[in-house]
Amino acid sequence: MAFNKNSNGYTFIFAIVMVVMVGAILASLSLSLKPMQKANQAEKKMMNILGAIGVPSERGAVEPVFAEYVTERISIDSEGRQVNTMGGSVDPTNAEDPFNIDVKKDYRSKAPASELSFPLFACQKDGQDLYVVPVVGKGLWGPIWGYVALESDMETIYGAVFDHKTETPGLGAEIKEGFFQAPFKGKKINKVAPHFAVVKGGAPTTDYSVDGITGGTITSKGVGEMVDRTMGIYLKYFQSAPKAQK
Amino acid sequence: MSTETTPAVEKKESLFSKKNRKLLTDPLDDSNPITVQVLGICSALAITVQVQQAVIMSLAVLFVMIGGNVIVSLMRNIIPDRIRIIVQLVVIASLVIIVDEVLKAYSPDISEKLSVFVGLIITNCIIMGRLEAFALGNKPGPSMLDAVGNAMGYAWILLAVALVREVFGSGAISFPGVGQVKFLPEGWFYANGGFYENNNLMILPPMALITVGVIIWIQRARNRSLIEEN
Repeated sequence: MAFNKNSNGYTFIFAIVMVVMVGAILASLSLSLKPMQKANQAEKKMMNILGAIGVPSERGAVEPVFAEYVTERISIDSEGRQVNTMGGSVDPTNAEDPFNIDVKKDYRSKAPASELSFPLFACQKDGQDLYVVPVVGKGLWGPIWGYVALESDMETIYGAVFDHKTETPGLGAEIKEGFFQAPFKGKKINKVAPHFAVVKGGAPTTDYSVDGITGGTITSKGVGEMVDRTMGIYLKYFQSAPKAQK
Repeated sequence: MSTETTPAVEKKESLFSKKNRKLLTDPLDDSNPITVQVLGICSALAITVQVQQAVIMSLAVLFVMIGGNVIVSLMRNIIPDRIRIIVQLVVIASLVIIVDEVLKAYSPDISEKLSVFVGLIITNCIIMGRLEAFALGNKPGPSMLDAVGNAMGYAWILLAVALVREVFGSGAISFPGVGQVKFLPEGWFYANGGFYENNNLMILPPMALITVGVIIWIQRARNRSLIEEN
């Protein structure tokens, strides 16, 4: 071989060329696939919101179902005042659309709550008004999130779905299973002093608490914390909302 | 990592010569990456609850393995020795990211299920092992065969374990698009007044290890050459 492939200069040049090439390839791939990935995420979000009110949906046919059940998309500020409301179909490019509020990003950001707005989805199912609240929190290893649906009294939980990124399979990861989510139905968020908890397995549960997962204590507590914290913000809205009077 | 290296092919040789065919068949039994070399156990435990997931994982590994082996083999004469491990890692990691991004765009459901494990492919020691032990010293053709052989050796163990676990753990096998196919009549299940109950332990990771152990046992009982002399 004409050149010495183990010289320092060659090693450096090789490394630099390799990194630039790989970087360019991956960046262009990521850019070209981004729109499709975004669409998939929006679809998944719709499926989750529908899941919270107990409406099954399938990928590829979510939007019409979503438009049928979700009547209004509302955003509120941290004091419970309504900021914006929208009906009709979701526009993924419109930043004003409450559907496009990225609650996960807001949760991570250091901005004070007064600068953020919080989305709320008003739904109609079998003639009943339901309200879906997105929640985000911390599990043991990474983010956890979910959607909690409230009945028309804005107090009783109608249904809930949770998901996670990297919780332990068989333990914390079980929060996405039906057996964990089902007991949320019929529980209440406390209107006076918000406190809602996921308690240790076996401990007696009240109207305001749900049985946790054995071995998944930190994830379970994270679920309780995120529901409690988020509902604290929405309660201000619920108490002043006209429909909450009944 | 494997110590087995085949010397570079000297004269022109058919791609499917006897020696090259051995590259394909050896990893299926005599030098199986999971049961003999005990590599890639981590993903074998994590991803074998459902046959469906095992198939996807195997395909992903097959793709990354072929890609990695061929690319590293093509570059074997220009890779500086001192940074060869880093180069291998970059090649594998890039391929894995490509798989991940494409899955996210075209098959988000599968991508969700595999989310953690797709990342685990990067650390799958079978792939690194083959790059280091084979692709660095051989031409692209044999390297590809070696990759296919090892990926298949990995795949059949994964499938066998997944089959056992899903059948006994869930009492059914789910196929994409078809849903769950049950083997026993509904009335046999305990919940419906029958006598049969699915074994939930099968779903948990320890049973994967035990199942792999049983496969190793059977394999050694049949293939005496694998038994160490003591």
